[in-house]
Amino acid sequence: MSRPVPLLSASGLTKAHGRTPALRGASVDLHAGEILAVTGASGSGKSTLLHCLAGIVRPDEGSVTYDGRRLADLPEKRLSELRRTEFGVVFQFGQLIPELTALDNVALPLLLAGTDRARSRTLAGEWLERFGVRGQQDLRPGEMSGGQAQRTALARALVTGPRVVFADEPTGALDSLSGEQVMTALVHTARESGTAVLLITHDAQVAAYADREVQLRDGAVAPLGVTA
Amino acid sequence: MLGMSTRHILLGLLATGPSHGYDLKRRHDERFPQARPLAYGQVYTTLQRLVRDGLAEIEGTGSDGGPERTMYRATDEGTRELSRWAGEIAAPAPFVANELFAKVVVAILSGGDPAAYLSAQRAAHMERMRELTALKAAKGADLATVLSADYALNHLDADLRWMSTTAARLTTLTAEVDAA
Repeated sequence: MSRPVPLLSASGLTKAHGRTPALRGASVDLHAGEILAVTGASGSGKSTLLHCLAGIVRPDEGSVTYDGRRLADLPEKRLSELRRTEFGVVFQFGQLIPELTALDNVALPLLLAGTDRARSRTLAGEWLERFGVRGQQDLRPGEMSGGQAQRTALARALVTGPRVVFADEPTGALDSLSGEQVMTALVHTARESGTAVLLITHDAQVAAYADREVQLRDGAVAPLGVTA
Repeated sequence: MLGMSTRHILLGLLATGPSHGYDLKRRHDERFPQARPLAYGQVYTTLQRLVRDGLAEIEGTGSDGGPERTMYRATDEGTRELSRWAGEIAAPAPFVANELFAKVVVAILSGGDPAAYLSAQRAAHMERMRELTALKAAKGADLATVLSADYALNHLDADLRWMSTTAARLTTLTAEVDAA
């Protein structure tokens, strides 16, 4: 059975930070609804790959195609809209806005997309509920545990109904049980909503939540292999 | 499993009250879902030995509407023995006798391809880890499943970390063997 056309595809990406190469011809496909783990040692280019795929950074060479369109061909305004509405991003530290409550943090992407305030807050509350942190909705990030803050960040990443969530070491700063709660919540929610997830991790136990794994080594995708 | 003892596990299951062999086998397989299922023959043989050693005794027979079955219960001595065993420290891996380790060493010594082996073994480990993660992350997964999957996952993860380090060391290791 042939696989459908990937939702997001990177082909031959190269990217250097100054004179240090981060990607050297990395190619990867992400299919609709798929959870893909990208693993590899520190410095293997995982985060740079994520930034290129999410349209945050432009590669030096190669192309990223999303839903049949090359990101490089999109005007900045359209790319920005794409990042806001069809992509969600979660980093190791949730990067919630410290002055806002959990509820307002999650409502923010909806407000930016033009949803009215009351509706945004209602939807934000529902997403906090799905991630088991409704009880913390009035707390600010500094008042929450790491796991609660990260689940709030996931709710914020998913509240706009993106087709792809990029998660860069989402459990990297958490203890193992909190990490497990975050991963379980992410995987269940992604499966229910058909959201594709690109999961960057150096942790095999986190990668095991994914449907599939690709390993990066020295800036390129390794054939089946051991991360050295 | 280190220090694994069917005798003590059956005594542990009897600690909740008298039971018969069929029920003990069923409860064992529920509580240790990732372990090899107990054979009925092993259960009955072990129960007979527990009785012989004074750690369990026959409570009577019950049929419960089905075939007649012998009920067993733990004796006081059995309860003491269970408590002693449960608190006894298990020796932390006194010997390294693992098939993965042996295969890599043999591959290096015999001029084989340890990198290819490690690569394929890693893929097999990850596949098993995905299966176990799906089991424990399933909605409604019971505690026994979660605990046993966690145990297996952490051990597979330890293997993986050893495999990664070994892969990184292969050049040096092979050079040492070649020079010897």
